[in-house]
Amino acid sequence: MVQRSFSIQVENVTVNYNGKTALHGATLALGEGTIAGLVGMNGSGKSTLFKAIMGFVTPTSGRVLINGLSIRSAQKRGLVAYVPQSEEVDWNFPVSVADVVMMGRYGHMNLLRIPRATDHRIVAESLERVQMTEFRNRQIGELSGGQKKRAFLARALAQRGTVLLLDEPFTGVDIKTEKAMIELLIELRDMGHTILVSTHDLTSVSTFCDQVVFINQTILAYGATQDVFTQENLNRTFGGVMPKLQFKKSQ
Amino acid sequence: MDAIVQWFVAPLQYEFMVKAVIVSGFVGLVCAVLSCYMTLKGWALMGDAVSHSVTPGVVLAYIFNLPFALGAFVFGVGSVLAIGFIKSKTRIKEDTVIGLVFTGFFALGLVLISKNPSNVDLMHILFGNVLGIPNGDVIQTFIIGSITLAAVAVLRKDLLLFCFDPTHARSIGLNTTALYYILLTLLSLTIVVALQAVGIILVIAMLITPGAIAYLLSDRFDHMMIFAMISGVISSVLGTYLSYHLDASTGGCIVVLQTVLFILTMIFAPKHGLLVKMRSEAT
Ligand SMILES: Nc1ncnc2c1ncn2[C@@H]1O[C@H](COP(=O)(O)OP(=O)(O)OP(=O)(O)O)[C@@H](O)[C@H]1O
Ligand SMILES: [Mg+2]
Repeated sequence: MVQRSFSIQVENVTVNYNGKTALHGATLALGEGTIAGLVGMNGSGKSTLFKAIMGFVTPTSGRVLINGLSIRSAQKRGLVAYVPQSEEVDWNFPVSVADVVMMGRYGHMNLLRIPRATDHRIVAESLERVQMTEFRNRQIGELSGGQKKRAFLARALAQRGTVLLLDEPFTGVDIKTEKAMIELLIELRDMGHTILVSTHDLTSVSTFCDQVVFINQTILAYGATQDVFTQENLNRTFGGVMPKLQFKKSQ
Repeated sequence: MDAIVQWFVAPLQYEFMVKAVIVSGFVGLVCAVLSCYMTLKGWALMGDAVSHSVTPGVVLAYIFNLPFALGAFVFGVGSVLAIGFIKSKTRIKEDTVIGLVFTGFFALGLVLISKNPSNVDLMHILFGNVLGIPNGDVIQTFIIGSITLAAVAVLRKDLLLFCFDPTHARSIGLNTTALYYILLTLLSLTIVVALQAVGIILVIAMLITPGAIAYLLSDRFDHMMIFAMISGVISSVLGTYLSYHLDASTGGCIVVLQTVLFILTMIFAPKHGLLVKMRSEAT
């Protein structure tokens, strides 16, 4: 390859669920140090794209590269952190918030997973970043919905990967936390991390995303926010139901 | 006081009793460790399936004069593979598949046993016989049990993460398929270990009750593990004494004691007990 390798590279990925296509021919390339907002309607394939990137669903065609590596090798090197739209865990599990965040460090530890001082420090820092320090000793189920999201975001931060995949991290969190999270993402971006974040909050997209990715069964368009965040792309993505400017469709 | 001491000490004049107490305590420990993972992963039915499925393996090993642990292990793992195969190739739901496979294996075992009707040893496999355990089996139990304990000691955090959040385990590069089979293998090994003490039919109690007791007592995995080990060892040792004094089934005594411990815990547990719940609902 002559061109530099991208942080996230999705090439012509098609995903079927029981024969029904959820995503077809999706192609995307994101370089280092960017926040890319992924926008699309319910069922447009946002979560599917995340799962395809993570290798949790097997694409029928295409491939995914992270820093030029296969997703499996990228995961083994601890490059990728992923926070799903909703955690499918047993909330009665006997682990504390700090235990859960420490799980983000396992990839960096020896076989016995005995945390070192660095691991404890990073866990404390990550909890601090999402303002969850005071809840660190709570059992994981004894949190509100937004606090749970923050705990799992802290775990992703503790992984210290350079590629961050966040599936609707702002849904169900209060405005103050959302602002703090956005500041955090900007800081990570400035450190050179690549962040793909799906959201339904179109007004905030143009404020903190360097790039926007439009998705509806396939990736319709992506690029720098000022170039692609246009009424036309929004209409294509949301099927002309955008409230701001309504163009009459010529029949 | 003296009577209590005598109750514990007097039986120890017999070598078979010393052996039985040590073996059952050890078996209780190994089972308790695994039981934490079984209850958290929701594998009670899977454990029951594997424990019943080893029956034909034990009988065949007996017939061909092989170590019974080998036969048990092969059939234990075999049942798991059969379950996995049928589940992935048909549209039948998992609990149905598990029920199908283990009753099939167990029935085959019963047929084989009934073809050797005079065989006392095989009845011991079904119901356990720690009071009459031969030395060879003691050594076998300790070797297999120690392997299991060592494996859990090394992998306990990975197995915990696998039970809690397999998605995350994968995303940090762990091999969850390997962890799945490792946990199943450890389950099979533990069942082999426990057969001696309580027999095939009651093994499942040893593999879930201590975990369930401990789960009601703690919100921390490490504490849960300790509570499970304590309740597992105490009930196994006391149950063995009880069976000696009452001249009753050892496996039965151990499991009855465990169940009593469970009921007490369910009522009196400090945070998740029924009394505390009732009181907090009343206020
Ligand atoms: N496990 C599944 N089995 C079958 N179909 C699925 C599954 N998951 C998603 N789908 C389908 O795939 C399509 C894309 O779903 P996906 O979850 O990716 O949407 P999304 O863009 O994340 O939506 P939302 O905004 O609601 O989160 C939908 O039509 C959905 O019904
Ligand atoms: Mg989604």
